[in-house]
Amino acid sequence: MIVKVSSSPLKDGRWYEYLIRFVLGGMATVATGVISSRFGASIGGLFLALPAIFCASATLIEKHEQRRKRDAGVNGQRRGQQAAALDAAGASLGSIGMLGFALIFSLLVERYALAAFTAAAAGWCVISVAAWWSRRHVRLSARSGPNRPHFR
Amino acid sequence: MEYAVRFLIGGLAVSAFALLGDILRPKSFAGLFGAAPSVALATLGISLIQHGSSYAATQGRAMVWGAIALFIYSILVCQLLTRRHWNALPATIAALAAWLFVALGLHLLAGAGT
Repeated sequence: MIVKVSSSPLKDGRWYEYLIRFVLGGMATVATGVISSRFGASIGGLFLALPAIFCASATLIEKHEQRRKRDAGVNGQRRGQQAAALDAAGASLGSIGMLGFALIFSLLVERYALAAFTAAAAGWCVISVAAWWSRRHVRLSARSGPNRPHFR
Repeated sequence: MEYAVRFLIGGLAVSAFALLGDILRPKSFAGLFGAAPSVALATLGISLIQHGSSYAATQGRAMVWGAIALFIYSILVCQLLTRRHWNALPATIAALAAWLFVALGLHLLAGAGT
């Protein structure tokens, strides 16, 4: 199976890390509401895609990887950066799904309010996974392609 | 009271998606949840109840520009980490300026009509 569920990363987490993400998420939602009421729905809508929580998530991933490497007696700074970069690469594919979410929602909400949420969330999921799978397929194909003969 | 509800719903939605991202492997797949519409789901739900579907649709249309900016933001963060060897915190914070610039720029280019 390509995608796996692992509970071990939860053991690496500290309680205050989850609290930070909860607070940041809450603050981002409040901030979007404040911006919308002060500057209008159009400007406020931009901030629905603000990567406010991403700063905390990427930093936590980097810290966890560094801690794991340090425990193994290795300097994990580079590995930590690489783990955070992988997360960012995944987020870039997720943002294509978010684009789909926004388009589906804005097209449907005025006619089918509740269905718009379900369709947009399903759209995000399908588009994001399809983008991730396509990228993975392309990378694997590039790696396992036939060896080209060397012409001198 | 309204902001307390927003805070609670937003915090819960973001935590739920972040938790999913924590337990899924490989890391690049888990990264998809870094761009999950958690804040959007919470905010648009409240907007729909408070202001109606037209207001929520306007927010949804503007979100398109924010999502494009998020795509560029994520690529930029990835480049800063892999090529410039920045740490995650400075890279993700510095790239926020690029997100803001692209999102507002696209919004202005679109004539602020969304």
